[in-house]
Amino acid sequence: MGSRLRGSDDQEDESLMFVDFFMQLKAAKVPVSLREYLTLIEALEKGCANYDVDDFYYLSRAALVKDERNLDKFDRVFAEYFKGPEQAGEGITADIPEEWLRKMMEKHLTEEEKAQIEALGGWDKLMETLKQRLAEQKGRHQGGSKWIGTAGTSPFGAWGYNPEGVRIGQDESRHRRAVKVWDKRDFKNLDDSVVIGTRNIKVALRRLRRFVREGAADELDLDGTIQATAHNGGWLDLKLRPERHNRVKLLLFLDVGGSMNVHTQTCEELFSAARGEFKHLEYFYFHNFLYESVWRDNRRRGEERIPTWDVLNTFGSDYKVVFVGDAAMSPYEVAYPGGSVEHWNEEAGAVWMQRLLDHFPATVWLNPEPQQTWSYTQSTTMIRQIMGDRMYPLTLEGLEAGMKELAR
Amino acid sequence: MRFAGTESYVATEALMVAVNAAIALERPLLVKGEPGTGKTMLAIEIAKALGLDLIRWHIKSTTKAQQGLYEYDAVSRLRDSQLGDERVADIRNYIRHGTLWEAFTADERPVLLIDEIDKADIEFPNDLLLELDRMEFYVYETGEHVTARHRPIVVITSNNEKELPDAFLRRCFFHYIRFPDAETMAAIVEVHFPGIKKALLQNALEAFFELRETPGLKKRPSTSELLDWIKLLMVEDIDVETLRTKDNSKAIPPLYGALLKNEQDVHLFERMAFLARRQKG
Repeated sequence: MGSRLRGSDDQEDESLMFVDFFMQLKAAKVPVSLREYLTLIEALEKGCANYDVDDFYYLSRAALVKDERNLDKFDRVFAEYFKGPEQAGEGITADIPEEWLRKMMEKHLTEEEKAQIEALGGWDKLMETLKQRLAEQKGRHQGGSKWIGTAGTSPFGAWGYNPEGVRIGQDESRHRRAVKVWDKRDFKNLDDSVVIGTRNIKVALRRLRRFVREGAADELDLDGTIQATAHNGGWLDLKLRPERHNRVKLLLFLDVGGSMNVHTQTCEELFSAARGEFKHLEYFYFHNFLYESVWRDNRRRGEERIPTWDVLNTFGSDYKVVFVGDAAMSPYEVAYPGGSVEHWNEEAGAVWMQRLLDHFPATVWLNPEPQQTWSYTQSTTMIRQIMGDRMYPLTLEGLEAGMKELAR
Repeated sequence: MRFAGTESYVATEALMVAVNAAIALERPLLVKGEPGTGKTMLAIEIAKALGLDLIRWHIKSTTKAQQGLYEYDAVSRLRDSQLGDERVADIRNYIRHGTLWEAFTADERPVLLIDEIDKADIEFPNDLLLELDRMEFYVYETGEHVTARHRPIVVITSNNEKELPDAFLRRCFFHYIRFPDAETMAAIVEVHFPGIKKALLQNALEAFFELRETPGLKKRPSTSELLDWIKLLMVEDIDVETLRTKDNSKAIPPLYGALLKNEQDVHLFERMAFLARRQKG
């Protein structure tokens, strides 16, 4: 009974102990939920971490972080949060070998000064103070590496040694048995290199799915079998049919460069989501508006152009077409021959666009600019007209609406 | 029940903590990491270390969640009914147990490996939420509840081809297997090839890490490729000297086929090595 009571006490302590940590993780945009927090508490109760801070780090990481892209954020919060208790026990990390400082002291200090150090509490005390100073300095300069400044009014001035030029950082340490794992920030590269949040986009894109039966007949056609069996006088006649596959075909036209640079991330997300979702996906790049040629490789857009005629002739009308662009340009670029900013176009962009629309009935334009600003740009209005109002904002709702339109 | 690595598997402390937490709390462990860093091996080794049975469910793009539970073989039943087979009367004769069913009804706590979950349809993990959470499911045809006798140790691997739903992630422990550093790598090679010559090991590792650093590789070689390569080196009895000479006409390490898996990468590496040599000369 007694132990049970104590158990519940512990439980309460533990479950409240890390609430702050949890809140800090949330504040740092690590997607954690209460459920994961409770899992962590449960694991602690079961003794998975044994009050060792390294174990606790691994355990909380496994319980709270579910995506390697968030590991770095987690490491940062962990380092920040546990700096207090950790450093009180173990001292600050700085890459100044103690022996070296000692030697420097012996070399440079007069007897009088050495006596002064003794008065301050001896060498160890002095190191302690130095560590504290370093900690303060770091606090003010948001961690990371920092050159120790001139000694100023500190007792270190008395050494006649100015430790300027010694690199101090959390990253390396000879005082401690090892570098703290979370301070290594091993997962830095994983943080922002990958597109985040493509799942939502993929789910929206799934509206486009068109299932078609083709390939090997390996699925039982129940209705067909019943009918054939009845025809067969009650004797079984199995009918098989091919399984359904997603047969939607997609052409993606992406505006690159210029005003589109600010939307690069959104476009990348859309692109990577679309790539994962469709087997038949072809993509092309254009600048501002569609003219007589497009390209597939941005680095070689000068040499390797694909005539728009080829695109029209290669892909059948059953392809669905998605344009992604901000539609913000000079009206001449849309309406007049020679209006393109990059080259002399024999025919106006609008003519090319109309040709494409005639060939591909299912076409939409996704615009990353906010919808309420569209009417301020004349070219946007013009393109909307050409598109027959099939322009949608590049948001999840807009994407849904656009895909609905395409799927009709 | 604690997992502490095995003779043939070098586990980092982080991995051990994650595995043990998953075992203690009976939650699935989701393992991600570069291809070839031993995600699948982990489940095999857990089973080996704890002396448990391993039940494998390899996911393909056509795998449905239902297949893991059970399948009702209506066709066989229809056929049997035509032939007047007596088994027809009992529908249970035509329920084929899936991997999860097998794992739930095992006599001893098994290790269940759900391999490459990201290969399946995007909704697949959602369809397994309840089953993995409560470790039970309902069989409509017979009206029976299948409940896990012992909650299996579930290891799920993913190669990141698709993102997994949040609700699913919340129920798992997560571990990202990092690419091993040179030291761990040496330990791993030691475990697989005990008594390998120090010089060979060191030179092979050097060549390997150098190769991995080549920018722009389509597929960077990983642990499993390194192990294959070293095996080849040992079988072919390549001497250390061949590995060490960097500036001879052979810019590429011997038997590179085990490390570089497509011709673009081979070309790229050849070019880089050529440039490096020219700079030196």
